[in-house]
Amino acid sequence: MTEMLSGGDMLIRSLQDEGVEYIFGYPGGSALHIYDAIFRQQKIEHILVRHEQAATHMADGYARSTGQPGVVLVTSGPGATNAITGIATAYMDSIPMVVIAGQVPRDLIGTDAFQETDMVGISRPVVKHSFMVRDASEIPGIVKKAFHIATTGRPGPVVIDVPKDTTDPAETFAYDYPDSVNLRSYRPAYEGDMDQVKIAVAAILAANRPVFYVGGGVIQADAKDSLRALVRAVGAPVASTLMGLGAYPGTDKLSLGMLGMHGTYEANMAMDDADLVIALGARFDDRVTNNPDKFSPKAKIIHMDIDPASIDKIIDSHIALVGDAQWVIEAIWAEYQSQVKARSAQQSDGQAEHLADWWQQLDGWRKDHGLNHALKPEQGKAILPQLAVQTLYRVTKGEAFVSSDVGQHQMFAAQYYHFDEPRRWINSGGLGTMGFGLPAAMGVQMGSPDAVVACVTGEGSFMMNMQELSTCLQYGLPIKIINLNNQALGMVKQWQDMQYGGRHSQSSYSDSLPDFKTLVEAFGHVGVKVSDATELDAAMEWAFSEENKNRLVFVDVWVDPHEHVYPMAIKGGRMRDMILSKTQTVGSPS
Amino acid sequence: MRAILAVLLENEAGALSRVVGLFAQRNYNIETLTVAPTEDLTLSRLTLTTTGDQDRITQIIKQLDKLIEVISVTNLCSADHVERELLLVKVRAVDEARQEVKRSADVFRGQIVDVTSDTYTVQLIGPSNKLDAFISTIGDNGADSIILEVVRSGVSGIGRGNHTLSV
Repeated sequence: MTEMLSGGDMLIRSLQDEGVEYIFGYPGGSALHIYDAIFRQQKIEHILVRHEQAATHMADGYARSTGQPGVVLVTSGPGATNAITGIATAYMDSIPMVVIAGQVPRDLIGTDAFQETDMVGISRPVVKHSFMVRDASEIPGIVKKAFHIATTGRPGPVVIDVPKDTTDPAETFAYDYPDSVNLRSYRPAYEGDMDQVKIAVAAILAANRPVFYVGGGVIQADAKDSLRALVRAVGAPVASTLMGLGAYPGTDKLSLGMLGMHGTYEANMAMDDADLVIALGARFDDRVTNNPDKFSPKAKIIHMDIDPASIDKIIDSHIALVGDAQWVIEAIWAEYQSQVKARSAQQSDGQAEHLADWWQQLDGWRKDHGLNHALKPEQGKAILPQLAVQTLYRVTKGEAFVSSDVGQHQMFAAQYYHFDEPRRWINSGGLGTMGFGLPAAMGVQMGSPDAVVACVTGEGSFMMNMQELSTCLQYGLPIKIINLNNQALGMVKQWQDMQYGGRHSQSSYSDSLPDFKTLVEAFGHVGVKVSDATELDAAMEWAFSEENKNRLVFVDVWVDPHEHVYPMAIKGGRMRDMILSKTQTVGSPS
Repeated sequence: MRAILAVLLENEAGALSRVVGLFAQRNYNIETLTVAPTEDLTLSRLTLTTTGDQDRITQIIKQLDKLIEVISVTNLCSADHVERELLLVKVRAVDEARQEVKRSADVFRGQIVDVTSDTYTVQLIGPSNKLDAFISTIGDNGADSIILEVVRSGVSGIGRGNHTLSV
């Protein structure tokens, strides 16, 4: 017998049937029927944040770390607009998310009613798709479509705008959750084209200086095993984007680390000198390519992406592969094996010997300008932010989930915490959203309750969403916050140092910072301040000690405020054009 | 390069705003836009003209195709096609201009669809450049222009022969 449910109950039941564990949200007038439906059930836990932006980042962190879509519930008007930054963050990094927004009743839409805003309109440029519920009976079908669209193809956030009267408890409907979705206008490619795969493999076999350029798409597709098998078979180096860190192990000898604006010297030199760039799930972002007209001038480009619109958008490819990263990489690997077999019947030298010269060159670059020099703590000297990340890495044995905010600390974390596994590095790469780090870490911790979760942040970013310390207490989230406190907006200041004659316009607030230790204590947590390099180890050990296993710990690390992030790409140049330190530049400005 | 894009999309509320929003968001240009439901009322057919180099047109097509409600997109200019636009132009038609406008309308195979003692309204159908030519023929008088009002429908187009755009 079909059950008769109200719109609000159908919405929550649909989420249950979709397997949703958590809803991250904040109630308000237009969403109250839905909140009442949440109250009357036990399957889904609702996490009450302190600001809607944090709800979206929490859902985002949950999605990035678990691979499951994050679910957000907010009310109309300001609830919806506060969610926009988090939706845009998820959109830029292709994160699966379903955002349910309350809306004023249908007969008030368009009348400038209290807490009315055109959520479908205001979110349109930053969603993969959106729905407005026009009739309560549509709710199960819309929820099914929303999850399907959010999680397939190139993932992304989907908004469902729900007018209050469609969730009215007084009106009930026969509930039936659809088993499948069939959208004639949405059929994302999954399998790639085998002919193109064959051409790509022939190009890989013919290359003398190949480099894998690996992005977040490989992580989204859970394709790490295929990627690792392929890379090891070919024996070519791997340069990872900010979003791709961990897809290939950062500590492996074939890894060159991160490429791009603040990438390693060896990764950028390799990209510039390569004769074949194998781009897997990456989109040639401007923070990677530097000047696209001067990008990898000697290279043939293989570009694999699930989104056809990414192909040839910035850089023209020679061989395009559209499809799911897992499918395509596995197909390349299988084809590679069979072509190698066929070839070695005629030739004796394998690909490894064939790449020996290339590796000699790569190792030379790596030796000269690798990031892996040990930074020694010196008494009385300011703590280098890189040292703080290295210490975190050592204390957590490189196994923590690390979220970050945006700025210098983000780049230091990306450079010095060598991720060996995917979905461990959680940061806002595309939109660059300050305030992301803490709520994202909270979402990670919700999804992996027993995991060690660290948030590497800066005092500027942290203060954008620090109200969530209260949420952390409510749900007992034992996150470790590593605050690289340079008493300024570090990356802004760095650019002002380098490009504006050191004029620090509006980038400092050093005389008005809170005492973070007292601040977190007021929220019911514990904190420690470190300003001497020799005390750093002990503070970090204490933060992650058994004693603090179930507590949120805030480590306020006062770092050298004059430190810059290097390497740094020279604007308008080739990838090999980099500033390596305050005194050393290689290549030339355009 | 000019492109005439024919787009088949779900006839749903909000679908058109996504198409138009995409152009604004990505800094693409819309020159003309016309849209109406097809014989299948669940579908709308949209014709849009834009300009750009080949890379840009390709990117516009891909971005349109990415919209969930878009079923198919094609650039009509990449094959033989028929292009038509409707023009309604109201002119001050007094003295010798009254005969002149009538003669020009005949030459261009237009029709006078409304008449008052001192105005004519001319209807003309054809490719956009024919409409441009008619407007410049009757309006080529600077400050003394007799044109009172111009309404154009925007381009509608369809492929020739067996080329069809369907679900």
